[in-house]
Amino acid sequence: MSSTWIVVIATSFAAFSLKFIGHLIPESWLEKPRVERITNYIPVVLLSGLIAMQTLTEKTKIVIDHRLAGLTVAIIAVIAKLPFPVIILGAMATSAIFYRYRI
Amino acid sequence: MSIKRDSISVGLAVGAAGAAFGAVAVASHFSVLQACVLSLFLFSGASQFALVAIIGGGGSPWSALATGAFLGTRNGLYGIRMAGLLQNRGWQRVVSAHITIDESTGMAIAQDNVEQARTAFWYTGFGVFFFWNLFTLLGAVGAKEIGSSAAWGLDVASPSIFVAVLWPRLKELRPKITALVAVAWALAITHFVPVGVPILTTVIIAVFAGWN
Repeated sequence: MSSTWIVVIATSFAAFSLKFIGHLIPESWLEKPRVERITNYIPVVLLSGLIAMQTLTEKTKIVIDHRLAGLTVAIIAVIAKLPFPVIILGAMATSAIFYRYRI
Repeated sequence: MSIKRDSISVGLAVGAAGAAFGAVAVASHFSVLQACVLSLFLFSGASQFALVAIIGGGGSPWSALATGAFLGTRNGLYGIRMAGLLQNRGWQRVVSAHITIDESTGMAIAQDNVEQARTAFWYTGFGVFFFWNLFTLLGAVGAKEIGSSAAWGLDVASPSIFVAVLWPRLKELRPKITALVAVAWALAITHFVPVGVPILTTVIIAVFAGWN
């Protein structure tokens, strides 16, 4: 079995386990404010890191290219409170145009 | 009745993004079957996109697994709240755990009473599950035909989805600064560590930000 398949299955198992454990533990756990604060920040930092890596790097090198143009449009669209599909398709179209014309 | 209709509409709107996932997964050299298995069994948008991005970018299986799992902790917290509401036993608890995600939890807590909240949870959960999987398949099969992902803007599909998901969480100053520190940290170390590690290690910043 390839390592990709192992990651696919192991991560699925881990994610389900986390959900299921949540359904088993008592609600009083949520009353620990530090635990709640830290777990609220986890998606914020991971998603921020992912955005930066996916937009500005190629393997381990920092690269500025068409992707940054697309992401800039996404950020502007989010600030302008445009609908979700407009944000995504606007970013994709911009990135594709910059890529096509080698801007 | 409108709770059911609203719930299914949410399922359709969110599920449609599954097409982007299927396409991005195939563009990152995952098979159509692997993309579909991820949507069926991992069933967590952020974890799925992260896993595909890290493996596709040449990162290690361990950092992909750990990042995918960390992104799933939020659903575990939702589970704590939803278990009290749903009062399920046996296999129903297994199924409800699997569909405990942002949207099913969000729709449930927006209702006025327990009965409506349960209806909203199940309809939204199953709605998203059905459409997310359907669109994943369509996106993955479609992407096999289109060739270069950059030519179609697919390489920014996942970061722009993350921007849209993240933005509402950044209303106050502290989360804003935390997000910027995470970006700076990841970019600063990317040249010196394996792919995937810059993302995973931002968890340290979450611990600092949430400590006090």
